[in-house]
Amino acid sequence: MVFASVMSCKKDTRPNYQFMPNMYEPVGYESYAESDAFPGGVEAQLPAEGSIPRGGHMPFEYENTTEGYELAKASLKNPLDSTQIDSERAKELYDIYCGICHGNNGKGQGKLVKREKILGVPSYDDAGRAITEGSIYHVIYYGKNAMGSYANQLNEEERWQVVDYVLKLKADLEK
Amino acid sequence: MYYFCVRFYKRFFSIIFKKKSYQSLEDNSTNTMTQVIYRKLTSKFLNLGLVFLLTISTSLTAQEGDPAKGKTLFNTNCAACHQLDRDMTGPMLRNVEARLADEQGLDREWLNNWIRNSAGVIKSGDAYANKVFKEWNNTAMTAFPQLSDQDITDILAYTAEPKKEIIIEDDKPEQTDDTSGGASNKLILGALAVLFALLALALILVRRTLNSFAEAKGIDVAKDKTIPIWKAFVQNQFLVLVTTIFFLLASAYFVYGYLSQIGVDQGYEPVQPIHYSHRIHAGDNGIDCKYCHSSARVSKQSGIPSMNICMNCHKSIYEVAPETQAEGLAEYGVDYNAEIQKLYDAVGWDGQKYSGEAKPIKWVRIHNLPDFAYFNHSQHVSVAGVECQTCHGPVEEMEVMYQHSSLTMGWCINCHRETEVNVKDNAYYTKIHEELSKKYGVEKLTAAQMGGLECGKCHY
Repeated sequence: MVFASVMSCKKDTRPNYQFMPNMYEPVGYESYAESDAFPGGVEAQLPAEGSIPRGGHMPFEYENTTEGYELAKASLKNPLDSTQIDSERAKELYDIYCGICHGNNGKGQGKLVKREKILGVPSYDDAGRAITEGSIYHVIYYGKNAMGSYANQLNEEERWQVVDYVLKLKADLEK
Repeated sequence: MYYFCVRFYKRFFSIIFKKKSYQSLEDNSTNTMTQVIYRKLTSKFLNLGLVFLLTISTSLTAQEGDPAKGKTLFNTNCAACHQLDRDMTGPMLRNVEARLADEQGLDREWLNNWIRNSAGVIKSGDAYANKVFKEWNNTAMTAFPQLSDQDITDILAYTAEPKKEIIIEDDKPEQTDDTSGGASNKLILGALAVLFALLALALILVRRTLNSFAEAKGIDVAKDKTIPIWKAFVQNQFLVLVTTIFFLLASAYFVYGYLSQIGVDQGYEPVQPIHYSHRIHAGDNGIDCKYCHSSARVSKQSGIPSMNICMNCHKSIYEVAPETQAEGLAEYGVDYNAEIQKLYDAVGWDGQKYSGEAKPIKWVRIHNLPDFAYFNHSQHVSVAGVECQTCHGPVEEMEVMYQHSSLTMGWCINCHRETEVNVKDNAYYTKIHEELSKKYGVEKLTAAQMGGLECGKCHY
């Protein structure tokens, strides 16, 4: 009876009891923890304005404007040379982050488009847009129109890998 | 456009009619004039032919657009920035042609120019074009030189379609059916119980009456002379001992069971601040786990997606499909559209732009290892290539997320013992893989053989 009553107290919407919780709870700040030490009470904070991560990531100097886009389109070039391009990994990343809307072949017919959840995704060989490596990078970094920024899902090197893969898809489409 | 055609035809007929009357008049008067008339007539006929041709050609281009074709064109070309009933990156387009004509006096020609080259129209100094351009934060509309007149007509026909009202069927009767089914089951059980109780009562009553009859008739009913069973039990010491041992063992078993599940949250299914359905996102729409939990590839944590990742899609998906909404209400009692609205409130999105007033969503953490155990996602996801579902279960089928695995140490070790390491094309430890395989004399290595059971690997 005691057992039954104890078991009935356990609910799936509540975490179970812990034995010696002080061994379970972290002392330091954990990701996503709540803490009064930070503004808004959230441990996850954005890096300070102008901070540069270690490891040779230079800040992106093109602005998030139409002019910045045009400038990037005309002048921004991929810093990775052909030996650094890992098209297998680029495809993996592309299929995860881009393919869901742009389609795995870049025609703009991803699963979300086919299910009419997101519309108006152009094909990469669209003549009116005439994308270049610079413009692709700019769009991944800042987003454009209905597309959001992917700067926090892909790091700099990964973004350039994806840019290279997109250009490859574009070339395949234009064949 | 049909109106114009009709007008042209009317004119055409009236001219012919006039001609005939002229002819008859001239015929009556002089002969010399007839040639002139005929010459005029031929030129008029030529003109007429031209007019006729023009009418036909204009009527060709001005054919009623095909809304179905227009929808496809709209979805591929326009829908990135425009919706029919809602401002997005660009203004809403329902009845755009009629609205432009009524409010601004702008005709199809202007629209064609704008669609094919909006920047050119703005540069030409067109007042309305410049006004719209400024109104929409100087966002230039992509040029669509590839669209033909017919394409644009189709698209405009699609935008001119009246708004469809979708009626969501009421699923309430189904629900009542369900509950009545459940109730009837309980009713049957209850009735059975009552029946048995009545039977038992009847038996007791029958026995009593029979006894009283026997007493009345002076028959001595043979009473049980044996001692009651519990007394016999107490008197038998061996039985008492065995039973006690059994009882103690049984309770020890249950107590052990209870104690060992302390701190294990398998099946933990908390109510989240926003009802997020993994079933819809990962299952129906097939979004990769790593799309949102991108840091699982590269860091210890499989991150909770920040709200801008939600907004990647929900900037344009502001409501679910009507069928999904009906399904949510009927099966899960969830108003999905209200849940999307909760996201908008948290992120400070008013349907057009961010208000800048974001408030964090307090998601409830489900999978939580104790602080003394170290676990790294990237090591398992990127290096080992373990599927997310191996530990997290069929997330793509979960309407409400719950903890699938126990996350106990035994569970970890079991997997480390059984799982063969994918040595092929794994450049991380090519050399050590070879040496270890030689040492253990095996073809395939398990994580345990690579030191996956050493205490210090996870506890330090």
